[in-house]
Amino acid sequence: MTKRYSFPQAALALVIALFLFIFLVIPVFTVIYVAFTSNGSFTLSHFQSFFHLTLMREAFYNSLIVGLMSVVLSSVFALPLAYFITRFQFKGALLIQTLGVLPLIMPPFVGAAAMQLLFGRSGSVNLILGEWFGFTVPFMEGLNAVIFVEALHYFPFILLNLTVALNNIDSAMEESAQNLGASGLRLFRRIVFPLAMPGYVAGAALVFLKVFDDVATPLVLNVTNILAAQAYLRITSIGIDDPIGYVASVIMVVASMAALWGSTWVMRGKDYATLQRGGSSLATRKLRPWQAVFAYGWIIFVLLLVLSPHLGILLLSFSKVWSYSVLPDTYTLENYVTVFRDSPFMLWNTALYCGIAGGLDVLIGVAIAYLMLRTRLPGRHALDFIATGAVAIPGVVLGIGYLRTFRDFNVPFADMPFTSFWLLIAFAYTVRRLPYALRSCVAALQQLHVSMEEAAENLGANNRRTIWRVVVPLMAGGILAGFVTSFLTAAVELSATIMLVSATSDAPASYGIYLYMQSIAGRGPGAALGVIAVALVGVGTYASHRIMRARNLRFEALQALK
Amino acid sequence: MAKVKVEFQNIALAFGKTQVLRDIDLAVEPGEFFALLGPSGSGKSTLLRVLAGFARPQAGRVLVDGKDISAVPPWQRDIGMVFQNYALWPHMTVAQNVAFGLEERRLPKTVIAQKVAAVLELVGLAELGARRPSQLSGGQQQRVALARTIAIEPKVLLLDEPLSNLDAKLRVHMRMELLALQRKLGVTTIFVTHDQEEALSISDRVAVLEAGVIQQVGTPVELFDHPLNRFIANFVGTANMFAGTLRPGADGMVFESAALGTLSLPGAPAALAGAVEIAFRPHVVTLVEAGAAPDVGLIWLKGTVAAREFLGEFIRYVVTVGTNDIVADQAHYTDARKFEPGDAVDLGIQPEQIRVLRA
Repeated sequence: MTKRYSFPQAALALVIALFLFIFLVIPVFTVIYVAFTSNGSFTLSHFQSFFHLTLMREAFYNSLIVGLMSVVLSSVFALPLAYFITRFQFKGALLIQTLGVLPLIMPPFVGAAAMQLLFGRSGSVNLILGEWFGFTVPFMEGLNAVIFVEALHYFPFILLNLTVALNNIDSAMEESAQNLGASGLRLFRRIVFPLAMPGYVAGAALVFLKVFDDVATPLVLNVTNILAAQAYLRITSIGIDDPIGYVASVIMVVASMAALWGSTWVMRGKDYATLQRGGSSLATRKLRPWQAVFAYGWIIFVLLLVLSPHLGILLLSFSKVWSYSVLPDTYTLENYVTVFRDSPFMLWNTALYCGIAGGLDVLIGVAIAYLMLRTRLPGRHALDFIATGAVAIPGVVLGIGYLRTFRDFNVPFADMPFTSFWLLIAFAYTVRRLPYALRSCVAALQQLHVSMEEAAENLGANNRRTIWRVVVPLMAGGILAGFVTSFLTAAVELSATIMLVSATSDAPASYGIYLYMQSIAGRGPGAALGVIAVALVGVGTYASHRIMRARNLRFEALQALK
Repeated sequence: MAKVKVEFQNIALAFGKTQVLRDIDLAVEPGEFFALLGPSGSGKSTLLRVLAGFARPQAGRVLVDGKDISAVPPWQRDIGMVFQNYALWPHMTVAQNVAFGLEERRLPKTVIAQKVAAVLELVGLAELGARRPSQLSGGQQQRVALARTIAIEPKVLLLDEPLSNLDAKLRVHMRMELLALQRKLGVTTIFVTHDQEEALSISDRVAVLEAGVIQQVGTPVELFDHPLNRFIANFVGTANMFAGTLRPGADGMVFESAALGTLSLPGAPAALAGAVEIAFRPHVVTLVEAGAAPDVGLIWLKGTVAAREFLGEFIRYVVTVGTNDIVADQAHYTDARKFEPGDAVDLGIQPEQIRVLRA
């Protein structure tokens, strides 16, 4: 390579950098700046007053407890499942895939109201328990509710990561231990589990981040004494100048970064994917009868729990009255009529915002991936670092940052403050989902051997033509995956949305569901809108899955010819 | 270390409908360095895994030191195996890897420490105990894998393609080291390889497998000089082969074929009369200029040089005889007579060097 980069590449990098600075770096630093200054000079007084408030101290501890306990409860669900699926002859692939997409297509706040009706003090389960066995279980009391609902939704992150890690262990790892005399539980404890540890830690960190970030679920469950809810409430009720909300934001960012940093630190230098070319994964065994009873029992139990918010929301959407009873008393289609009369524009908003976010994400993702892997442009890794860093910024914090940073700006050519411009919501989605889309694009480009491009150049295609005719078509699978993931996860985003929606007419469906869920009367229509959204997202996921499968098959055929 | 005998008796194994091993009968003598040689998919690794307990045959028995171990689980067999990819655990140091088997045997800590140090010394890695496997070179990793296995003082040592992950120079060096180590320990050793040079150079005896069947068992020299069939003749070294008929003639046996005409093979066993194949190695063929006084002791054929390859120690000629090609290797030294493509030549072959195989 004679030149390290070309002018268009540098210009492209500059545009992306500018976007990331305006919509990620500056807002976050604004939040930090406000938290640490008083009248322009550095101060810790806001932190002092924060920790003087009993409510804030409580919120701080509660957030940590909810985050950690959600990880613990998720692990309780996920560990046995991962073990069964990887170690026994068991057709679990479909189950894993299904479980893996459920939290993507339905976020916890949607199902939260239904969970109250099913597991609350006078919910279905406790009504049955109370009647038959004379006791009830406080599933949904206070923090329990948040932990229970979050763990049920996010345990697939641990399950998926752990399953991949277990499947990446070469069978020779286990066989050599057996050959040297180890077996059974000792073998699992000394060899299998340590090797799968990185997968578990990655999944656990992700669960913690998701739970810590979530503001809507606690609010729907009427739990306000946690950090995200307090940050939101302080800013929306007291005002954009209240420093306590900023302190809460800074603490959330620090905790998220600590979780991310901690998980990478624990696992530094431990890339344990030991599976070799031509090697085989760990051997699976046949279940003995009593093992089969236990395994299937556990799987059915977890499946019932996982499906309960989905079934609950479906029941709720068709119910007229549902309280103090195991099942709804009367059924109706009225809720759907209400939704189709009042809220189709919300679905349209969701499609618009998420379409913009998904499109921008893959554009930026492909560009950064290309700059990183195919040029030696200075600062290309900083670009990747900043874009990826968005993972650690909770949605509420980003939202507060936007409100504060852009409060004195107006939309060009319109007499409207920039903070109430709908495009800001789309940009927030773009920034928040960029890390995932970027990884998808980078992975797609990494798989593409550079000789493919060299061959094109050798046959007379210039740089631009090569990218267009060879790189992009071959990356299409990764690009599509990135777009779909960004689109779908943005569709169920609420943490930043809740801060940035200024008029109901600009609200996306996720915000609409939340609004409905605020009142008892709105639960029915809210559930109906939730069902419609989940159905649309589900269909989208399935369709993209089919398209990508077809593509993969084509490429596999090509590989087989080699 | 007590030397033990290993016997496979009528082993048959199938994965689903694929028959991987068919009726394997094989005895490995105490203290032998024994090679299982075969192309990929021949079942040689599976046979090794049967002995280690990782593959379960549908029929047959495995005897170690005269005792049937078919029902013993892998972790109680005391048969040390070095895996092809070494299978070093990345979450443990070199010393922890080596100590693992000893810990599983519940030896006292002090004994384990001594043994680990001794065995690392033996493989020349005494200084590297605290390293992680990922910090070692391929050759060092293999020594660790070896150390880990011999630390438990196994009854039998199994090596699955032990040299395949090393580069060519190191491979030659390591195979001499392996042999030296085996002689020192005296442990019965079975190793699997697809590389005939590797098998012939260091093993006491070799079993050649193909399609799940043992084709021949013997010393390296026996295999090379007296291949039992077409597969062995081609797989162990290279051979010129021609099909034809063997029948009694005036002075002993005569081989007739369309390709070579009638050849007199006085020493051929009369018992093989009928359809046969003959095989001879490229280096037993003598090439001379056409018409140069032929030696009466040899069989002479007429041909034309079609191509040649210079291989250093010798030149490999492809000579067209009639419509067939014969490969002839001629020793090379400075000023040796060379032939060009197109040259007419006479090919001389000693009848005793021609093997007759049942077709």
